[in-house]
Amino acid sequence: MTSMERDTAEAPARASLINDPKARGYFYQAVLIVALVVSGYFIVTNTIANLERQNIASGWDFLENTAGFGTNQSLVEYSETSSYGWAIFVGFLNTLLVAVVGIFFATVVGFIVGVARLSNNWVISRIAYCYVELIRNIPLLLQIFFWYFAVLRAVPGKRDKWSFFFDTVHLNIAGLRGPKPIWEPGAEWIGFALILGIIASIVVSRWAHKRQDQTGQQFPVFWTAVGLIVGLPVLTYLVTGMPMHLEHPNFVETGPILRRGFELNVGINVIPEFLALTAALSIYTASFIAEIVRAGIQAVSHGQTEAAHALGLRNGPTLRLVVIPQAMRVIIPPLTSQYLNLTKNSSLAVAIAYPDLVSMGGTVLNQTGQAIEVIGIWMAVYLSLSLITSAFMNWYNQRMALVER
Amino acid sequence: MTNSEMFHIRTEEAPRLPAPISTTGAIGWMRQHLFSSIGNTILTVIGILIAYSLIAPLIQFALIDAVWSGENREACLPQDGGHSGACWAYVKAYFPQFIYGRYPTEEIWRVNIVYFLFAVLLVPLAIPSAPFKKANAILFLVVFPVVAYFLLTGLVIGDTVVLPIVETAVWGGLLVTLVIAVTGIVASLPLGIALALGRRSKMPIVKLVSIIFIEFWRGVPLITVLFMSSVMLPLFLPEGVTFDKLLRVLIGVTLFSAAYMAEVVRGGLQAIPKGQYEGAMALGLRFWPMMYLIILPQALKLVIPGIVNTFIGLFKDTTLVLIVGMFDLLGQIQSSFTDPTWSTPSQGHTGYLFAAIVFWCFCFGMSRYSIFMEKKLHTGHKR
Repeated sequence: MTSMERDTAEAPARASLINDPKARGYFYQAVLIVALVVSGYFIVTNTIANLERQNIASGWDFLENTAGFGTNQSLVEYSETSSYGWAIFVGFLNTLLVAVVGIFFATVVGFIVGVARLSNNWVISRIAYCYVELIRNIPLLLQIFFWYFAVLRAVPGKRDKWSFFFDTVHLNIAGLRGPKPIWEPGAEWIGFALILGIIASIVVSRWAHKRQDQTGQQFPVFWTAVGLIVGLPVLTYLVTGMPMHLEHPNFVETGPILRRGFELNVGINVIPEFLALTAALSIYTASFIAEIVRAGIQAVSHGQTEAAHALGLRNGPTLRLVVIPQAMRVIIPPLTSQYLNLTKNSSLAVAIAYPDLVSMGGTVLNQTGQAIEVIGIWMAVYLSLSLITSAFMNWYNQRMALVER
Repeated sequence: MTNSEMFHIRTEEAPRLPAPISTTGAIGWMRQHLFSSIGNTILTVIGILIAYSLIAPLIQFALIDAVWSGENREACLPQDGGHSGACWAYVKAYFPQFIYGRYPTEEIWRVNIVYFLFAVLLVPLAIPSAPFKKANAILFLVVFPVVAYFLLTGLVIGDTVVLPIVETAVWGGLLVTLVIAVTGIVASLPLGIALALGRRSKMPIVKLVSIIFIEFWRGVPLITVLFMSSVMLPLFLPEGVTFDKLLRVLIGVTLFSAAYMAEVVRGGLQAIPKGQYEGAMALGLRFWPMMYLIILPQALKLVIPGIVNTFIGLFKDTTLVLIVGMFDLLGQIQSSFTDPTWSTPSQGHTGYLFAAIVFWCFCFGMSRYSIFMEKKLHTGHKR
């Protein structure tokens, strides 16, 4: 007792500064900062000197200069007289388009294949297994080349076509052609009806939930919602006197040989680059999503299914109310990172000259030589996309985290 | 009537009947797995049709209609208007280019030695029960890269040319693919470990720098990294200092995969119970001995499957270097399509099929290995 008192009374033995972890920590961090500042200074001065030597003015002024190159796909008005900045924006929109369409198809195919892998049917589960193991072990770029150079070059030439779906959709080497909806005055009511239908469905589903909680009576929410979301716009379409018609692509089969083929700007044209890129991206990503879905469903223990059956739930409700909600908790985080991968992988578009962000930016880079600015724009765009995605993922994880007693 | 005739007591066991024929053997299996219900039967039929419609044309193209030998395109042209099969004669003629690129023919033995050493050192390293792991690892990770570097690029001491210099511009094919993938993974491992430790560090600035580095490289696509290393890197260097193009790509790929490696290693570090750290500290170990002797051996062992998966990803991603003008396996195949000697309708299909087979064999082999290791390592360390 006395010895302890004496120990605490004396000043604690001081380690020398060199052995003090705190002092060491400060020292290492100071070294790191100095190293970063010095190498940063080195890079900046070299870059400035190099740029001066190559007569490249750094800065963002070039974005307002006339681009002078065209593109075969743009979602907004774009011509050769538009500015470089606008060209890059067009590329960004094309990246978003291919990402959204690719994500949609990858999700659909991935979920189907993932469930198929767990099927009791031997043939189906084998096919799904072979699909996954085949596709995810072949480089994406090779698959893009395959779809673009091997598949889409084997379709008919410009003066010929293949037709599908009762002669409404046509495929040839210039891409996919389909009917284009032409909206006439009064068509905006259809849009309002659609929005109204969606809002009404949400209200009905809330009310049905509340009623089931109170009385136990169920309400056919799904079919009501289908009726509201599909039925209301169709009804409005008929009531307002059908203010929309389809403009079918016009295929010229007679006349001078050079005039034959599809008439320009009639109907919707999907360029072959887009088709190849979407096909490759969604099929490739679907193989990863399939594995995620399979793992997610397998992560729900069999006891959950048994307990649901013991409560008297049939197979359908068991899957819908018990298994899927729990599987989704496991599936969603890796799924979002696959979506992000797909978006980043869409930059491979440059290999087949689909006008995406990297492709358009690359043309700007070659014409202006503004390497730092263009690469900076690329990285900023992809970084912000990935940061937004991870922010969403964190939010979702917090919302979905197990609430335990 | 006596009582004994009124009832019957069985004195011997009834003969055991075999299970109904419809529940055992091939028929039973098929009833259970293929035709258990009407829906299932329809699915089976559709599945068989899909499989047949995909596999039959592939076999027709790759084996039945294929041309196995020939001198030029004449051999592979479609006969009497029919469809032409795979032109394997073209792959055969181009095979050396696909494997070595335009590496000088008289120096190819050097590449072969590197391939051989690589295989001889890697195989025992990959087999868990093989002895001399430490010596093997040092040979593979330290000695082999140096030897391979001099063998591939050449060696000149003073004025004597021991091995003639071979410019990296003539490298190509599988050689470039393997050099980029293996260098990328070997160089990114130490960097990734350092970043992972930095991210878990208590020093705020070290932690911040690591997080920014990792999230930056993970957030951008590899293709922009490659553009950056081939276009921007020369701008960062003083006048007169130039880098080899391959080296520039290697730097980009290494930094890129180091970020992914860091996240894999961090997963391993997080799986190590806190007691291990506390035990090491109680024994009086400082930070680096603690990491080197206690934590990292356990953590790295746990993440071997993850490292292999990163490697598979990197191996597939090496194809992207063709966009910045280098000739890896796919780039070499792509560039061989311009050769008029072998230009036939089936040339493209054949080339892509060959590339797909090579990449698939590598990647599938590695993914099987990763699964094997995962099972092997699943010994109770995992929580």
